[in-house]
Amino acid sequence: MRKKSLWMWPLSVAMVASLAACGGDDETAGDEDTGENGEDTEENGGDDANGDLAEDQTLIFARGGDSVSLDYASVTDGESSRVTKQIYESLLEFDADSFEIGPGLAHDWDVSDDGLTYTFYLEEGVTFHDGTDFNADAVKLNFERWADPDHEYAFIDDGYTYSVYGTQFGGFQGDDGHVIDEINVIDDYEVEFVLNEQLGSFIQNMGMSYFAITSPAAFEEHGSAINENPVGTGPFKFVSWSRDDQIVLEKNEDYWQEGYPKLDSVIFQVIPDNSARLTALRSGEIDIMDGLNPDDVDAIEGEDGLTVFERATNNIGYLGFNMDKEPFDDVLVRQALNHAVDKETLIMTLFAGLAEPAKNIIPPDYLGYNDNVEEYAYDPDRAMELLEEAGYADGLEFDLWTMPVARPYMPDPQRAAEVLQENFNAIGVTANIHTEEWATYLERTEQGEQDVFMLGWSGTNGDPDYFYGNLLHGDAIPGGNRTFYRSEEADELFNRGKVSVDEDERDEIYKEAAQVVHEDAPMIPLVHSIPVLAGNERVQNYVPHPSTSESLHEVELTE
Amino acid sequence: MLAYTIRRLLMLIPVLIGMSLITFSIIHLIPGNPAQVILGEQASPQAIASLEEQLGLNEPYFVQYGNYVAGILQGDLGTSLRTRGEISTEILPYLAATIELTIFALIFAVIVGVNAGIISAWRQNSMFDYTAMIIALVGVSMPIFWLGLMQQWVFAQELGWLPAFGRANPRDPVETTTYFYLIDTIINGRFDQWWTSFKHLILPGIALGTIPMAIIARMTRSSMLEVLRQDYMRTVEAKGSKTFTVIYRHGFKNAVIPVLTVVGLQTGTLLGGALLTETIFSWPGIGRYVYEAIGNRDYPVIQSGILVIATMFVLINLVVDLLYSYIDPRIKY
Repeated sequence: MRKKSLWMWPLSVAMVASLAACGGDDETAGDEDTGENGEDTEENGGDDANGDLAEDQTLIFARGGDSVSLDYASVTDGESSRVTKQIYESLLEFDADSFEIGPGLAHDWDVSDDGLTYTFYLEEGVTFHDGTDFNADAVKLNFERWADPDHEYAFIDDGYTYSVYGTQFGGFQGDDGHVIDEINVIDDYEVEFVLNEQLGSFIQNMGMSYFAITSPAAFEEHGSAINENPVGTGPFKFVSWSRDDQIVLEKNEDYWQEGYPKLDSVIFQVIPDNSARLTALRSGEIDIMDGLNPDDVDAIEGEDGLTVFERATNNIGYLGFNMDKEPFDDVLVRQALNHAVDKETLIMTLFAGLAEPAKNIIPPDYLGYNDNVEEYAYDPDRAMELLEEAGYADGLEFDLWTMPVARPYMPDPQRAAEVLQENFNAIGVTANIHTEEWATYLERTEQGEQDVFMLGWSGTNGDPDYFYGNLLHGDAIPGGNRTFYRSEEADELFNRGKVSVDEDERDEIYKEAAQVVHEDAPMIPLVHSIPVLAGNERVQNYVPHPSTSESLHEVELTE
Repeated sequence: MLAYTIRRLLMLIPVLIGMSLITFSIIHLIPGNPAQVILGEQASPQAIASLEEQLGLNEPYFVQYGNYVAGILQGDLGTSLRTRGEISTEILPYLAATIELTIFALIFAVIVGVNAGIISAWRQNSMFDYTAMIIALVGVSMPIFWLGLMQQWVFAQELGWLPAFGRANPRDPVETTTYFYLIDTIINGRFDQWWTSFKHLILPGIALGTIPMAIIARMTRSSMLEVLRQDYMRTVEAKGSKTFTVIYRHGFKNAVIPVLTVVGLQTGTLLGGALLTETIFSWPGIGRYVYEAIGNRDYPVIQSGILVIATMFVLINLVVDLLYSYIDPRIKY
């Protein structure tokens, strides 16, 4: 045993020494220069009006989970598109903070009078990160890849699916509802989409990050490994990805928009624990953190050097009734329970004020949002009257299905359920909180096993059809319509709204639909939540987009 | 001894088959459909059905299990349902991260634990003994989660001495070949990065090593107390040997076997059970790999991940058993 005893002591001494020495030079200050980015500050010389740009233009964006894949069209998670948004671009792009559509890789577009032919005029001189030219052929190839399961780059055998494409364009090639009939390359910079029926949200869809354009040469080169080797036209180029750790992007020096991007590199860092992420922000190790707990907002706002970013609301958190079950088939009962909920208290206790009470299903700012809908005011007396009228003067009892996971529209479902339970209790209604594991929860509510359930929905393309068509249309049973709401009147309006290409007409239709839905009350619209992020004050021009994916090309860091 | 080793290695096979069978049954008993989880709450039923078919989830369980075992026998750990990557390559960085952290935590736990235990036994009922054993008791019952967050708050946020998360400076990623950062940085000749990576190990290493350290300290102490009461210890002391020699050479050497057993078991636990530490310190290790997979019902990753952890556990126990006879030649196999 001599050997052991001899090496043990020096080692322990070394340990103590190294611990003590750690105080010396720290890399936790956050502004340390990695040595590679130091030289190129001259580039900022031209527009360096504020003069105090940081030397190291590396932004670290910390988030709770990793991306699933960097092939944006084959996944649905926000953590993937948050990253691909930097690497890839779509034909059209949304405004920085809304779903207002504008030019992207296409600088202009036309719609034929019958609303069936869309022509896009593409930017010239744009190249992909691998040097390939961006042109109409690339656009056609990408769309055909998603539509055609037999396409050579569809990679169906490797487990790729394009579910968002299917949802937005009515299925895939050969399906009845598939709206894109053909794509014609007119010349290198002009491409035409011919539809076989009108689709009101077609232009909005074109702005979605799910329908961005990948380099055709990259498909050839990487095949089904395209999900780990993304090649687009965007402001940042892919450098490396270590899973559950970080994704590193660097500036695309040849970016087609002059003067952008401002940052030299962007790092998406995974820090799963919320408190640890906040600690890292406070110690200056990261620049922006996603998923700030609403309760921490006040503290952050009072701290030097830190700031809070609010994302425009784009979701609905609701309580749905299973209308196939008694007593929720009775509109009076549904309206009564609507009157029982105190949304203001819910918002103050759970969202720290960062939410708007909901009365429509779609978020405010959306086309077709009906502000004239008179919300079911918080009125327990009225609620009890309605219950009596419905024949439930002695109250009633049901299971309140509560989500097991936090979502952007519901940061703390368990506590929310407790607040709601109290609200119902006040009108003599007993709600028993019931919860299931997440995947099971989704399956069983789809099958209609619930009485009353809590859930929500987030927008992706800023179009009302994405909410109504998926949540309340009779065709979405079984599926997203978990209330089993079947209204001919509403379905007819949803159908007309879906195909109309006249904005004013759509606005009218959806406003009418909002009123119908309001009166039928298949759900209690609770809140439109406002997700918040926190960041270092050094971060300039960062504008969170309601879709949760924003381009960082204008962002820069000051000292 | 060679025969013994081979016999033990062969015993691995039924153990692993049993393991995989149990894991397979359990994860398929948990309700929840991977296709639904992968596509999220906004997916259409058609999309879910078609993904199920693609992933082979609509096959009977025993067919799925058969395919899985057939793959394993050919050295194929399968393909992740979620990332579509080969698990055998995907798992390496996670495994390296965990092993690196485990080794560091273990060095910390053994050095501190063994020495504290020895001194406590030697100076039984002294202030040192009481203090050390109270610390050990607190250490055993310490919630790692709380300890980790406190460490971050004090050493990263308030003092700014040590980094709060990750394996290296995110602004200056390490170029990997072995995925062991302390080795890779030396290969690359980046000693500044080596130092940074080392500092990243300290907080999670101590958080992870605290419980084993406490257990080792208590075990060492009780084992040493027994030895110190032996007649031969009095003899050694009587013949005038130095205290150091008495304690370490004659005392600890005879007390080491139970300590070694505990160290072996703790190592196994550390390798598989570092999930909390890995989560708080954003350490991309195998615990998180499997945890994420469970949340996503990524069956192949759960199975292969657990299989790898179990294999390591069994191998470490084997090494410990073999060490017995090296340390104490009276033990024969």
